[in-house]
Amino acid sequence: MKRYSSRRLFSGRISFLIDKHAGKKMAVLLLLLFLLLTASAALGDIKLSLPAVFHTFIGGGTDFDQLVVYSFRMPRMVVALLAGMALAAAGAILQGLVRNPLASPDIIGLTAGASAAVVGFLTIFSNESNALTVSIQWLPLAAFFGAAVAALAIYLFAWKNGVSPVRLVLIGIGVAALMQAIKTMLMILGPIHQAAKANIWLTGTVNGASWKDVAVLAPWTIVLLAAAFLAARHVNIQELGDELAVNAGARVEWQRLLLIILATGLVGGAVAFAGGIGFVGLMAPHMARRLVGSAFGALLPASALIGAMLVMAADLAGRTLFLPLEVPAGVFTAGIGAPYFIYLLFRMK
Amino acid sequence: MKSKAGKLGLLIGGAVSVVLLMALSIVYGYTNTSWSMAYHAFTAFDGSTEHLVIQSVRLPRALIAAAVGASLAIAGAILQTLTKNPLASPDILGINAGAGFFVVVSLSLFGFNSSQAFALMAFIGSAVAVFLMFAISSAGREGMTPMKLTLAGAAIAAMFSSFTQGLLVLDEAALDQVLFWLAGSVQGRKLELLQGIIPYLAAGGTLALLLARKLNVLAMGEDVARGLGLKTGLIKLLSALAVVLLAGGSVAVAGPIGFIGIIIPHLAKKWIGTDHRWLLPFSGLLGAILLIAADIGARYVIMPQEVPVGVMTAVIGVPFFIYIARKGIGTK
Repeated sequence: MKRYSSRRLFSGRISFLIDKHAGKKMAVLLLLLFLLLTASAALGDIKLSLPAVFHTFIGGGTDFDQLVVYSFRMPRMVVALLAGMALAAAGAILQGLVRNPLASPDIIGLTAGASAAVVGFLTIFSNESNALTVSIQWLPLAAFFGAAVAALAIYLFAWKNGVSPVRLVLIGIGVAALMQAIKTMLMILGPIHQAAKANIWLTGTVNGASWKDVAVLAPWTIVLLAAAFLAARHVNIQELGDELAVNAGARVEWQRLLLIILATGLVGGAVAFAGGIGFVGLMAPHMARRLVGSAFGALLPASALIGAMLVMAADLAGRTLFLPLEVPAGVFTAGIGAPYFIYLLFRMK
Repeated sequence: MKSKAGKLGLLIGGAVSVVLLMALSIVYGYTNTSWSMAYHAFTAFDGSTEHLVIQSVRLPRALIAAAVGASLAIAGAILQTLTKNPLASPDILGINAGAGFFVVVSLSLFGFNSSQAFALMAFIGSAVAVFLMFAISSAGREGMTPMKLTLAGAAIAAMFSSFTQGLLVLDEAALDQVLFWLAGSVQGRKLELLQGIIPYLAAGGTLALLLARKLNVLAMGEDVARGLGLKTGLIKLLSALAVVLLAGGSVAVAGPIGFIGIIIPHLAKKWIGTDHRWLLPFSGLLGAILLIAADIGARYVIMPQEVPVGVMTAVIGVPFFIYIARKGIGTK
């Protein structure tokens, strides 16, 4: 029996390949995500009971419950959710694109570009008394700008009668090293207070997220995710290899450029609001692939859901396990991601 | 192919350049000193600031730059042969990041903060990373392709630096202490530190030279080497040991300095050929030249402050890396 079936929309103009049982599996993922949301809302410095949380969700609850859930916890949960989705989707796209299961935004240098831009921003726009001279609101834009510059550099340098996947990854590693050097340099030249601040950011945390952040990140991520979902059908054919894809009528280079732009946009948004939360873009697509197969119609949404859960769980662990210390979420994703990565390497043929 | 005399000439030329650059490194810098002052600092020491700077700052610095540059270059050359990967080097394969993580762990969890402890931990970290790399590269049926190994190294490096950053977030005081070390620098190290490490570097270098012939055979391919009666497993293990000694020792003294291990072996191969008996010593000399020169440059770029020399080598090295990636293994 075939595992995948195709769905056609708009009288066959757009078609998706999708795992036959994807629907059920996605429902389970959604349920898990909701449970995690509830737990996230209930746990922390102040503990709420589950009934109280449900009550608050549907609009009831005491003023205090409302305050804790909606003002303190919800914004960072939503930012974690969106950042996780974005990173995971970007990772899924990149892995398909370079036909390498180990590719992810952190390994090919997009995250490093964003990080360097953030440190640069903090160094350039601060005065002697360590205060920022411009609004912190501009910081996310700087992060996105950095990721875009890195992506552009990688793409341009990798271009040689087209962009081969292998070259793309290698150049990415080189560019990441350069960004790292720039970042270190800026951190040493800047005042130590800013260095510490930048370092917290770079490890990845959603601590201190507000509804204002959500208002910017949500539309950005949702639009890009939708676009990625539509463009993702190209990934499946790219996975066959350039020659086959060209023979099958795919405009390989254009689609690759489009997909890279989408991935960059997703990463830029996520890094801007949550910092460099590593290994999510690597792990989530793999987990999703085991669950729903490699047909992108289901893989992309499943990756996004798993990514969201990973970041939310990491944040939950970070703010509950070591109270009163708050450990950045990025430490946990790296802690899970590293062993997972080594497992992947051993499994790889 | 160059004649033997030509190769010997290159080696001698390299050695002379190293000595000249070391002299330059001793004389030029932020504190104003002259050649005669440098001469008198060693023959008729009078305790003046200039003489002190020359004896206790500039001289160790020049020696360390030479030793570290040479070691990193030789380690890179061995790694490139061993992994058949033109992009292999201690930094790309995650060895530097491993050392950095161990140093931060020792500092922030155990409170070690002497430079000897830094050195020891960096040494252990490098060994762990090399072991990890070899374990990973020999797993699976036919081992790892150069491409996979490069990616694996990058991911290991990412993992280690993520942990390092996480630790530093929780311990701001530690951040202040290790930031400059983590960037890679040969400045402000005492001569005793080098004295403690130099036996390891020397042992690594000697081991590498002893293995040179075998590496020539290994470079022809594993099957050929085995067919010629070479114990490839043993040779690989010994080579790995040489790399740990060389790279670990270097990181211990100077912190993670990147790209020398990539650039130099390529240049050396171009000039002196692929025979490891010539290639390894020549790589060593070129590595020393590059790092001393980069270190002198690092003093002048943003005077009166200094750029960490690791940043300098990255800025020089990345374009080179990209050049190799474009023409090298990307086309296969």
